[in-house]
Amino acid sequence: MITVHYFARLRELTGKGEESLDRASLTVEELLNWAEETYPGFGKETIHVAVNEEYALNEDVIQSGDVCAFIPPVSGG
Amino acid sequence: MKRFEIIDTPIDVQKYSDLVLHPAAGAVTVFTGHVREWTHGVRTLYLAYEAYIPMAEKKLAEIGAEMEAKWPGVQVAMAHRIGELEISDIAVVIAVSSPHRTEAYEANEYAIERIKEVVPIWKKEIWEDGEEWIGAQKKYPEKGSGSQ
Repeated sequence: MITVHYFARLRELTGKGEESLDRASLTVEELLNWAEETYPGFGKETIHVAVNEEYALNEDVIQSGDVCAFIPPVSGG
Repeated sequence: MKRFEIIDTPIDVQKYSDLVLHPAAGAVTVFTGHVREWTHGVRTLYLAYEAYIPMAEKKLAEIGAEMEAKWPGVQVAMAHRIGELEISDIAVVIAVSSPHRTEAYEANEYAIERIKEVVPIWKKEIWEDGEEWIGAQKKYPEKGSGSQ
């Protein structure tokens, strides 16, 4: 099971703050592709993925138990 | 008391300034970023901020460590507020102390630039005729921003 969090525009688009994926493992790129297919308009080109609170690369592998977050362009300050 | 935090209550600036003050500090710079009413001719009614809190606090602490490595002797405390903020409310505070003033000024500016780059915090501008998550779709030609 993999936990994914949604924030800001993505939280509004998906209508949820988080959900669980019943997957053993997948890459960051695969996760982004899944999100784009599941939620049209997701905009994966502009989104980073954090795995266990650290920015991850497209080829990084996500394992069951990991906590992921989709990070749209940040705008703090 | 936490030196790097995300809070949902008004920011007490003095608290962060006090956190970095110590006998060897000859300078403390305090930056506060405020909610701005007018951005590129568009009037903001209020802002709504949200954050991925655990990661945001971790990234603030990492920026603090970067600053201490680049400017030995500086001490840093930073906070960002989330939730709904009114015009002129403080969204972010950065307090930096150093033995001499140059480092405190330089490190403070570095901190706000890094916050805008890497800390998972998002701002929604609410106008009279709409609203938008800033950073999401580049509505403005430059970095659209309702606060500094």
